Amino acid sequence: MKILKGLGYAIGLPALLVLVWALATAGETNFFVPTPGTLLATFAETWFGDRILSDVLPSLGRLIVGVSAAIIIGIVAGLLIGSIKWLRDLTEPVLEFFRAIPPPVLVPVLMLLMGITDSMKVTVIISGCIWPVLLNTIEGVRAIDGVLSDSARTYGITGGARIRHLVLPSAAPQIMAGVRQCLSIGLILMVISEMFASSSGLGFTIVQFQRSFAIPEMWSGIVILGLIGVLMSFIFQITERRILRWYHGLREVENAV
Amino acid sequence: MPSEITDKNTVTNPAPAGGTPPNPDAMLSVLGVKKVYQTDGGAIEAVRNLTFDLRAGELACLVGPSGSGKTTLLKCISGLMAPTEGQVLLNGVEVSGPPKKMAVVFQEYGRSLFPWMRVRENVELPLKNQRLAKAERDRLVDEALEAVGLSHVPMSYPWQLSGGMQQRVAIARAVAYQPEVLLMDEPFAAVDAQTRADLEDLIRSVWKKLGITILFVTHDIDESVYLGERVIILSSSPTVIQEDLVIDLPAERDQLNTRSLPRFTELRHHVYEQIQLAKAGHRPAAASR
Repeated sequence: MKILKGLGYAIGLPALLVLVWALATAGETNFFVPTPGTLLATFAETWFGDRILSDVLPSLGRLIVGVSAAIIIGIVAGLLIGSIKWLRDLTEPVLEFFRAIPPPVLVPVLMLLMGITDSMKVTVIISGCIWPVLLNTIEGVRAIDGVLSDSARTYGITGGARIRHLVLPSAAPQIMAGVRQCLSIGLILMVISEMFASSSGLGFTIVQFQRSFAIPEMWSGIVILGLIGVLMSFIFQITERRILRWYHGLREVENAV
Repeated sequence: MPSEITDKNTVTNPAPAGGTPPNPDAMLSVLGVKKVYQTDGGAIEAVRNLTFDLRAGELACLVGPSGSGKTTLLKCISGLMAPTEGQVLLNGVEVSGPPKKMAVVFQEYGRSLFPWMRVRENVELPLKNQRLAKAERDRLVDEALEAVGLSHVPMSYPWQLSGGMQQRVAIARAVAYQPEVLLMDEPFAAVDAQTRADLEDLIRSVWKKLGITILFVTHDIDESVYLGERVIILSSSPTVIQEDLVIDLPAERDQLNTRSLPRFTELRHHVYEQIQLAKAGHRPAAASR
């Protein structure tokens, strides 16, 4: 019963939106706005074929590699910068500078430097995704409770054990907030890095459809991007709930008092 | 008047700094410890000059008016903070970082346990970190949880427990660690009065059972007299020792009878007076030891 109710809430609004869309486009002949039926048919014939292998999977691959690398580099660098004061003083102004650069402007430069390659696209994704993870990790590491840190020290928990048992779990809520932002930035940059000069990928395909006035196909590409976003957010939520179960429980208890 | 004490101590201090502690039976020696914090507003002298010894197996309470540098002193003793002058010796060896044979229980139980670990994992972590064998760890953890009366909640998270129970977990963690010296920094200041009485008795029983040395810092006069075999009274800041008092109450203590003994009232009265004097800024005419 509870599951049914949850499911009802989850699909209720999408169903309503599709209904409104169907009613609004019924009998409509506007070339730029397809009906749900047309879109569904186009969607199936456009994507359930060669394009999965030639466009969707390569895009997803670059997205996964880029986002994973950004998360790992961000956490490792964040742990170092957050724990070592002189490193923090040294890097802070530089980090603010690089963070302020919008990653899309790097695409032409990276294209010149690295060529139109997968590594260029992955680099674009990393260069934009790393900041929320890195900066959140630094803040999370800095915000470790003094008493907790003293407790760990008095029990001889130092070095690697300290990172594993104290620093990482303690910074996890902030790191996860950074990862959440990182995922949505990653999707945007995946598309943008494929729009400029590319011969495959979702961004490339959508631009191709636009230019050749294949409007329903273009819309179906946009739908795919939305679905990827939903899937990523779903996976993130499951992971987050597992890692931060203690944190949500603690917050609930604190709020109840 | 304070200058007289400082003079006297600066004369006596350099001798022990040479190596051997003055008292060979001492488990813990605090020798001329002074702590000055450097702040933007200038230097703040939290502890001026403290010297005392704890014999092995002693349960001593440290009382003093609020702001008398009790926590600072405890941090110096536990090796979390280096004193500006003087030194702390554990078994005759200078403390330069948290020693292996020492455990600390902090006042803020909610912030000293790892909220992402269950009760059992919290108690076990320091032992795991020492690479003790699994069987040995399990035995120590079980015994410690049993000793504090928490055998029934090993799989709970600390934040699911009441304040008093959380502090019991912290005590269990300290006990399982098998320290020679247990430092407690106002551990019961944040729990309710009834829980507090239970926890006081728990400390007495753990102390008797394990025979460890305990230094118990508190601002509560009754608690210090009830718990301690000895009460060290601190002056107000900058801190020196106001008085070092032996508590000659019977070894078997219980909340009702001990607290209604005439001797308890006398001792309590005496400590109270000394604290009032300390608050008024009175300083001992001669060095207390």
